[in-house]
Amino acid sequence: MDVSEVVLLDFWASLFCMRVKIALAEKGVQYDCKEENLANKSQLLLQMNPVHKKIPVLIHHGKPISESNIIVQYIDEAWQNKHPPLLPSDPYLKAQARFWADFVDKKVPIICHIFLLRFSIDLICVEKNTQINDGARRIWSTKGEELEKAKREFIEWLNVLEEQLGDKAYLMGESFGYADIAMVPFYCWFYALETIGKMSIEKECPKVVAWMKRCMERESVSKSLPDPHKVYEFRLQKLNNKTT
Amino acid sequence: MGKDDVKLLSMWASPFCMRVKVALAEKDVAYEEILESDLMGAKTELLIKSNPVHKQVPVLLHDDKPVVESTNILTYIDEVWPAKPLLPACAYGKSRARFWADYIDRKVFPAGRNVWTAKEDDQVESARKEFLDILMYLDGTLGEQDYFNGDTFGFVDILLIGLTSWFPAFEKYGGFKVEDEYPKLAAWITRSYARETVSESLTSPEKITNFVGMMRQMYGIE
Repeated sequence: MDVSEVVLLDFWASLFCMRVKIALAEKGVQYDCKEENLANKSQLLLQMNPVHKKIPVLIHHGKPISESNIIVQYIDEAWQNKHPPLLPSDPYLKAQARFWADFVDKKVPIICHIFLLRFSIDLICVEKNTQINDGARRIWSTKGEELEKAKREFIEWLNVLEEQLGDKAYLMGESFGYADIAMVPFYCWFYALETIGKMSIEKECPKVVAWMKRCMERESVSKSLPDPHKVYEFRLQKLNNKTT
Repeated sequence: MGKDDVKLLSMWASPFCMRVKVALAEKDVAYEEILESDLMGAKTELLIKSNPVHKQVPVLLHDDKPVVESTNILTYIDEVWPAKPLLPACAYGKSRARFWADYIDRKVFPAGRNVWTAKEDDQVESARKEFLDILMYLDGTLGEQDYFNGDTFGFVDILLIGLTSWFPAFEKYGGFKVEDEYPKLAAWITRSYARETVSESLTSPEKITNFVGMMRQMYGIE
């Protein structure tokens, strides 16, 4: 297969791009990966995703597909003859898998984002010995409360997944698939969250962490996720740029 | 094959429930509707048991097995009752339908809410502009087709048509008319309402507009 038949517009730190890379690797699909500069988006990206102008975009035979969960479903259907199937064949189980992927989509990114923003600003101020003006002092004093609230919300949502997992190897049972692919990229953020939030996710949600580690044993996953330390540095740098 | 037992937990004003009703009607699937009381009422035990994560309608109970989230329910209905398909056959066509479904789900109702909850003139102006920008994209994707699905009424049409029962309320409080701004989209609404499956499944816009008026008074907007 000519790799240029399948093109992925990508950004290395994007959790949503990682989902697509995992799905392509699961199906053994060769593709051309084009790294985007998000500060200066390419004409190709703007042309292929004019509505949202965001990555990931999969381009197959010149036609664009966007939104990561939609792309993963497309990959499963377009390469349905390639093992493994990413979604169950039974309609009821399929609906369950879509529900859990949607659950992850709705809640985890927002919480992670709040988390990192809140805590990282704290960390940067301390590291840079920033002058603390009255405004910052006010923010700082409420930060403790916000911090604890954000942590509680985050763990509450992970606990829903913890309960759904039960004794199962993967979210839907014994097979790795669509719902796991939706969640597993967030694992590369856990180090940043734990460091900045001063918490142990493993202690709060041991089944979730065990499930993430199990997924990481798959080559499709371990090769698609960046080093968590690299992600942590990238996050700090991004927030550093915002606060200077 | 045994007879399907299909129940729908719904609420009369919910455009998300209306979508499911249209889809079941399009597929000629008989069902029992179980109405949750108004928004302010306590949620029934059946609802909490069937949708413990979100505790929201609609919930489809198929032989007592729950399926939740309206777009997910529509996909399920299309797969279980494959005659008269709602989604295109090819993978690419399906991905386009899902893209617009996602866009509609993320944008239309929240933007509409911003319109009817806006208090000051500048808030109304900004909310109206945001809503009309969203309609611009939808109008663009409809193009010269009869339906979002092409020649036949389908998945994206059903997802959007339920929300249109709230449009007159948005128009009233936003100070605009869809017909004036996007006549093709307005024609699609009329065309879709001519289908019995739609007209019999949707709550009357008048009832919705009165309901929104009541909520505005409750929230102290007017």
